[in-house]
Amino acid sequence: MSINRRQFLRRAGMITALGLGSSFVISGFRKKEVAVAAEFATTPKGLQAKRWAMVVDMSKFKTEADINGVIEACHKLHNVPKFPNTKDEIKWIWEDDYHHTFAGGHNEYLDDHVLHSPFMVLCNHCENPPCVKACPTQATFQRPDGIVSMDYHRCIGCRFCMGACPFGARSFNFRDPRPFIEEVSAEYPTRTPGVVEKCNFCYERLADGLMPACVEKSNGGLIFGDLDDPDSEVRKIVSTKFTIRRKPELGTQPSVYYLVGGGEDA
Amino acid sequence: MLEKALSGSKRYWIWVTLLLAVIAVGLFAYMNQFNNGLGVTGMSRDVSWGLYIAQFTFLVGVAASAVMLVLPYYLHDFKKFGKMVILGEFLAIPAVIMCILFIFVDLGQPMRIMNVILHPSPRSVMFYDMIVLCGYLLINLVVGWTTLGAERKGTPSPKWVKPIIYLSIPWAVSIHTVTAFLYAGLPGRHLWLSAIMAARFLASAFAAGPAILILLCFIVKRVSKFDPDPGVGAIQSLVKIVRYAMIANVFFYILELFTAFYSNIPEYSAPLRYIFFGLDGHTSLVPIMWTATALAFLGIALLVFPTRKNGAALTIGLLSIITANWIDKGMILIVAGFVPNSFERVIEYAPTLNEILVTLGVYAIGALLITILYKVAISVREEKAS
Repeated sequence: MSINRRQFLRRAGMITALGLGSSFVISGFRKKEVAVAAEFATTPKGLQAKRWAMVVDMSKFKTEADINGVIEACHKLHNVPKFPNTKDEIKWIWEDDYHHTFAGGHNEYLDDHVLHSPFMVLCNHCENPPCVKACPTQATFQRPDGIVSMDYHRCIGCRFCMGACPFGARSFNFRDPRPFIEEVSAEYPTRTPGVVEKCNFCYERLADGLMPACVEKSNGGLIFGDLDDPDSEVRKIVSTKFTIRRKPELGTQPSVYYLVGGGEDA
Repeated sequence: MLEKALSGSKRYWIWVTLLLAVIAVGLFAYMNQFNNGLGVTGMSRDVSWGLYIAQFTFLVGVAASAVMLVLPYYLHDFKKFGKMVILGEFLAIPAVIMCILFIFVDLGQPMRIMNVILHPSPRSVMFYDMIVLCGYLLINLVVGWTTLGAERKGTPSPKWVKPIIYLSIPWAVSIHTVTAFLYAGLPGRHLWLSAIMAARFLASAFAAGPAILILLCFIVKRVSKFDPDPGVGAIQSLVKIVRYAMIANVFFYILELFTAFYSNIPEYSAPLRYIFFGLDGHTSLVPIMWTATALAFLGIALLVFPTRKNGAALTIGLLSIITANWIDKGMILIVAGFVPNSFERVIEYAPTLNEILVTLGVYAIGALLITILYKVAISVREEKAS
């Protein structure tokens, strides 16, 4: 039963292909709980929740200072660069007007007060995040507390998540961000070029028992808490007052609510 | 067999050198992008995919179109395609390689590309796209090489290759379907959120792909002693496929227009209004899209009327169809998917010179691979004929 060189090579090739194939099958379908792996030991002072959510109280945002203070607090803390060219722009939280924030709901008879109110926009930390589904490496993932987070070291920069996000919440590091950070904060890592980033609901502050930076700076304009907790302030507002969300028809279940009734009962 | 690509006429070597020069320029442009980031492209926060992903989309179609030869030849015993099938398979291989390269050059962190395999994500369509594309490449390499090798020795193809050939037929459909699913499953991108996207992709692929193949056959006939269509009407059969596929493609597009405009839902029609008429004063794509529309109808007309039998008119018709499809799929579909953006603002995109050079470099790599593979196939045929 001797075999010649040709047969040997053919059989060796088949065995190798089989081996590679099966090892892929094993590793490919092994359930990797990335979200669990990404969790670090919780400290006693860390804030916990089942589903973090935010309410934006529109009655509290009146002056430029109200808005800019919030944006500055976030962007400084998270080393968000300031690019001179808007094409390269990175933003975690910013403002827009009513018609652009709630695209699709065009109403020409709205009065100036509503039309020109500044709406704070940020990642909605959706309950069904399309970006998490799209990511081919699980670099963006949903934590058990509802926060949609990013692993900047795993992201390959394919930007599928940016196409998937219906809220335009994600930014990409088209250039090296580091030279464009005015004052480097030691609280949060800077990023490399070629990765996507966005608001993370300040999970690093929550772990230290602190509220998100924007919430702290907002003078009560941004209310943050556990939507799953019936006694939390966010839950009370969402269940008793009239709030709106961006593009609810898409079924992503955004966790950012806008209280537009001026704080009064609607 | 590869040694056959190492000997050729002076003309052959001039062509290869030219391609290598374009590849070198593309590589240089890519190094610039690699060092400075994707900021050297025209892409932005709002239009986050551009020329690269559009080329990828177009070329998946070209790759899939080999099935238009394989299916009639192997399933219906359509003998006319006998001499051409190998050219179809040898077009699919470079097309898939170009697809993979366009994905690669589009990555912000290309050195991490293996993360897609290290951290497989079965919920992501990208995961399946990787599997079907790599699988299709492998299938065509195995089938093309084995059948040509057997032909060279004058023996029938080995039996084990038959099931792989049959597998290649649904597999070709799958690569373009999965690619359409990349776009058609995203909430909030209204131009893409269409159930007919995969059908449109296949129709446009089966028009543009065989059209490219026919033009390649014309070139092969001119530069070599091998005739892929020795008076059997293979090319005219392929012309019929191109014609009906293109008519289906235009029909599908009109279906999209009807739903968007008659329903009058602003979000659905906004990207189409941007493409055809301009939006908020932004009109950069309008002349390009109308050019594509005119070329699509011109191409169909030239392929319907007896002009299809005239060499020059046929060439113009095929070029019109290829260009129309390239504009639609290799450019506008991807870019306009992001316009208007999630905030209903119009932010336009235009590729930069660096981006265009990288794109040309990838196309030159594809052209070089086609040249080498076709050289091998033609040499084997010439050898048999003499």
